[in-house]
Amino acid sequence: MRPFKYSRANDASQAVQLAVANKNAKFLAGGTNLLDLMKEDVERPTELVDVTRLKFTEIKASDGGISLGALAKNTDTANHPLVRQNYPLLTQAILAGASGQIRNMATNGGNLSQRTRCPYFYDVAMPCNKREPGTGCGAFEGLNRMHAIFGWSEKCVAVYPSDMAVALAALDAVVKVSGANGKERSIAFADFHRLPGDTPEKDNNLQPGDLITSIELPKNNFAAKSYYLKVRDRASYAFALVSVAAALETDGNTIKQARVAMGGVAHKPWRATEAEKVLAGKAATEAVFIQAAEAEMRNAKPLEHNRFKVELGKRAIVRALMMANGGAAASQGGASNG
Amino acid sequence: MSDDFDETSEPDLTADEEALLKELPTLTDVGQARRKFIGQSIAGGLGIFALTLLEQEKVLAALAISPDAMFAPAMGVENSVKVALKINGAAKSLVVDSRMVLLDALRERLELTGSKKGCDHGQCGACTVIVDGRRVLSCLTLAATCEGKEVTTIEGLAQVDNLHPMQAAFIKNDGFQCGYCTPGQICSAVAMLNEAKNGEASYVTADVRQMPRSVELTDDEIRERMSGNICRCGAYPNIIKAIQEVHSGKQAAQTWNFHKPETKQADAINDVLTKEATSDATV
Repeated sequence: MRPFKYSRANDASQAVQLAVANKNAKFLAGGTNLLDLMKEDVERPTELVDVTRLKFTEIKASDGGISLGALAKNTDTANHPLVRQNYPLLTQAILAGASGQIRNMATNGGNLSQRTRCPYFYDVAMPCNKREPGTGCGAFEGLNRMHAIFGWSEKCVAVYPSDMAVALAALDAVVKVSGANGKERSIAFADFHRLPGDTPEKDNNLQPGDLITSIELPKNNFAAKSYYLKVRDRASYAFALVSVAAALETDGNTIKQARVAMGGVAHKPWRATEAEKVLAGKAATEAVFIQAAEAEMRNAKPLEHNRFKVELGKRAIVRALMMANGGAAASQGGASNG
Repeated sequence: MSDDFDETSEPDLTADEEALLKELPTLTDVGQARRKFIGQSIAGGLGIFALTLLEQEKVLAALAISPDAMFAPAMGVENSVKVALKINGAAKSLVVDSRMVLLDALRERLELTGSKKGCDHGQCGACTVIVDGRRVLSCLTLAATCEGKEVTTIEGLAQVDNLHPMQAAFIKNDGFQCGYCTPGQICSAVAMLNEAKNGEASYVTADVRQMPRSVELTDDEIRERMSGNICRCGAYPNIIKAIQEVHSGKQAAQTWNFHKPETKQADAINDVLTKEATSDATV
């Protein structure tokens, strides 16, 4: 690991000041991804600004919804009574990610700021436009089984690794940040992460010095019918091949509103808007779920080694919707497929 | 079991070797303790096995280098950070390189080598320790961030001469083969049972909206919750048995003993092992 200066911030303005003063500084929260990348020589900050002593650890009811402190740990967020009761989709998604140890360390803000696990990004001997702009994409014509089927560009086919973020995308979260000018602003979740385009080095739309302070979730009526399905190579502690966050609000058997978001398929959490359009106003039946899944996956553009993700994605959407509609009590299928 | 060398005969040593040996009394103590340990663990049950392990720990602890040498920053420290923290109940103060992770601070500076470095990238769990009551990965925790924290390592679980119930259960249930992942497995398991006791959910929890005061762990729940600890020997079935035994509080019969007992002594040992797996009554 390269030498770096360690600074401990006492409040948000000090943290932002330190980050603005040194453009090679990075905020350090849980460190579970950042330190790993520094050991791999992928990240090379000259200064780490430790923000873990800041106050943004609270989880509280807010405007009928909930406010999740950026520095609350993933474990504490997943297990908070308000989250488990009103946003079980988020609880499930967080618990589908990483391991108990890592969830105890990782923070909510850090989860959104983690970087892709694309092996070409991690291997400094390989070309990667995300790590070193202009060097090319090793995965585009390389081994791309784990890579994107939506929204990629020839510059980058990496996928976003977070499970938590998939649920947040489905639940229309809003990210609050404290900017370099000291002003707070809100970023709609759909605008937080970005597609690679010509600048894959940028994972999200944060500006230099921006510090995430909280994630806000609006009130919804999905708590009774939601499910996070994660399909992976082993039963636990692995990144998703495909994951689906599904939520339904029904009136009798009619779908009033549906939310579907996917993980493991794009450079950002992929909101399945085509599927949602099909579902709205229809009966909650398997036939309709299949129609919705087909509508979404019709636009998939697989790479050489990940064609399987199209059929897998279709089946995963149907399965997640079925599980969501069956209610949480029928959700034990999760045990067998992780 | 036959000894590799005759303890009673004096080996031929040069004058230099003789002098060196005299200067290292503690080292010969360790050898003595080790031989005694082998003899005792054959003669007695696991109660003695456990006790002798602790005895050995004590002797090894006497070998520790002086505190001054321990807390002085090593040569070549860059961007030094001063950290005061509690480790296994004792206050420690260290000056560390900003790059030093907690795992290296424990192993290289504090002589606590129980926590193991497996992958050093947060993928194997061998470095798991408990910080402020929560299991975390010490390989991805900067020592500099541990100011004011309370760290418990595998060395801090036993109470004087009594193994932590999880340690005893791992021995009884044969929850390891090479033992490299074991300190991490045990620290992880101890903290995990606390998580379950506090009602925390996992990905295989049937309905996360139901919030029981504490969670009854099925084997599936244990597998999911322990998935951050990899065991290359594949001792998983026995690790689960060990954890389940501590979790349920129900003693299971010990299922292993020495292969093909051929002597009365071996018969007697197996008898003791199967009956008195963790009891001190055999001492």
